[in-house]
Amino acid sequence: MILYAFRRLMIAIPTLFIVITVAFFMMRAAPGGPFDQERVLPPEIERNIKAAYDLDKPLVEQYVIYLGKILRGDFGPSIKIRDFTVAELIMAGAPASIQLGLSAIVLALVFGVGLGTYAALHQNTKTDFAVMGVAMVGIAVPNFVMAPLLSLIFGVYLSLLPTAGWGGGDLKYKILPIIALALPQVAYIARLTRGSMVEVLHSNYIRTARAKGLRERLVVIRHAIRGALLPVVSYLGPATAAVMTGSVVIESIFGAPGIGTYFVKAALNRDYPLVMGVVIVYAVLIIFLNFLVDMVYGLLDPKLKTQ
Amino acid sequence: MFNKSRNATALEKSGPVEEFEGRSLWHDARIRLFRNKAAVGSMIILAIIALMAIFAPMLSPFEYDEIDWGYIQEGPNWENGHIFGTDGNGRDLFIRILYGARVSLAVGLLATAVSLVIGVTYGAIAGYFGGRIDNIMMRFVDVMYSLPFMFFVIMLMVVFGRNIFLIFVALGAVEWLTMARIVRGQTLSIRRREFIEAAHATGVSSFKIIFRHVIPNVLGPVIVYMTLTIPQVILTESFLSFLGLGVQEPLTSWGVLISEGAKVIEASTWMLVYPAIFLALTLFCFNFIGDGLRDALDPKDR
Repeated sequence: MILYAFRRLMIAIPTLFIVITVAFFMMRAAPGGPFDQERVLPPEIERNIKAAYDLDKPLVEQYVIYLGKILRGDFGPSIKIRDFTVAELIMAGAPASIQLGLSAIVLALVFGVGLGTYAALHQNTKTDFAVMGVAMVGIAVPNFVMAPLLSLIFGVYLSLLPTAGWGGGDLKYKILPIIALALPQVAYIARLTRGSMVEVLHSNYIRTARAKGLRERLVVIRHAIRGALLPVVSYLGPATAAVMTGSVVIESIFGAPGIGTYFVKAALNRDYPLVMGVVIVYAVLIIFLNFLVDMVYGLLDPKLKTQ
Repeated sequence: MFNKSRNATALEKSGPVEEFEGRSLWHDARIRLFRNKAAVGSMIILAIIALMAIFAPMLSPFEYDEIDWGYIQEGPNWENGHIFGTDGNGRDLFIRILYGARVSLAVGLLATAVSLVIGVTYGAIAGYFGGRIDNIMMRFVDVMYSLPFMFFVIMLMVVFGRNIFLIFVALGAVEWLTMARIVRGQTLSIRRREFIEAAHATGVSSFKIIFRHVIPNVLGPVIVYMTLTIPQVILTESFLSFLGLGVQEPLTSWGVLISEGAKVIEASTWMLVYPAIFLALTLFCFNFIGDGLRDALDPKDR
């Protein structure tokens, strides 16, 4: 198990390196630069500004300098948002993004597994069809449609919750963004759980458990869930990636002060250091959560444990 | 007696035999698929949406980029012909949704085709050769899997501008990974089968074996996954368009329309709701067809 963890960690580091490299050169391949604007700067001033951000050096040298800085934990200053370093901006935005993302994933897991199990236990009944029908809606209605609709219904028509904004992190401002982020994942996880649960419930070891007279509830909780959860756990990797990318849109719809809102704006403005910083933070989060997921999978799957 | 039953099982194992009319795997699957009401209904709805997209200019008296100065951002109204209302520039929403359907469906189909070609070839080669080649090729897929791809796609759009062909390629290049894994797994399970060995023994080249014998025999799961990739791609395209990185004005796609609608949702709910219904309906249908195909092709339920 420790060896397995070590091997997985060894894959994570080159992956992160690839992310940084690809993102760096892709960003620089974009036509235009951060200082293209209406007002043409005198050439000397422009040269000085570029020198201040190391933009006057050859690309490969910039890359090496950047890698060195990253290793020291220095993300550099933001080019467009004056007087802020990228690290400061990310530290300011990360709590909101992480809160939204993690709550959405937890919510998706709890409700997805719950609903999926419930549907599987009532296979081919009306409840089953109802749950799976609702799940299908969750999959077919993307979160960027769901978010404005939720804010219209709960914010405007029912006036129960604020339509947008952050309110200094007050819980009621977070409810709608979290739901919008979680819904598609609730739907996917419910469908996955139902599928694997149905399969597991027909397997031999469940028949054995029932044959020895175990109550149905215990059969499900003690035996079936463990097997049925495997595909769900392996889906959690893609799910976190989906929630992270989704948060880019959800944050801007609800005006949440997370790092997702920076990303598109910074990419369009050619704010190189900020784009790189946000990509690296997201990549680290995704890779780290993938690693955690693999570890949990290793604990749950008896086949992997023996290896 | 004993011989007879052995012959029978041997016959069964030899797979689809042409003489038994209507008992081939594909024929069986077709019957089962057409018995699935949700899948058939979905196919009909999708066909209608596709036909509407193809014949869009004939279905509306308006042009998709025509500005009707008398009705700017007006709600649905059957009397003036704007049955879904107009957008903020006074353009008819119905015809714009149909033109959006062209873009969204085309992106879905073409990007899926790209992912199909790359994924199937890659997976079949990895699975067929096995060993070290397989190991290296699949490690590469593992690494690609853990990259934050959407961010790369967003950056790509920023770098090369909003180019619709690039969207096809970029999305196809993202979606092939799962396809490659599926095909590899299937290939591994059939590459030691007799008909592959027979082909090998008669001197058929590896390249030919992969394309003539391996790939046709792994098509079942590939088709199922393909039907599920199309909605995925359409969704991703809408997501990009929503961020303002999709197709360019005056051309449109469902994502663009939804993003325009989301901005004015309180004043003009119809601008969000109608394109969203089309998008959701399409995704719904593809998912139902995918589920139906999976049930139809899954030998376990037979």
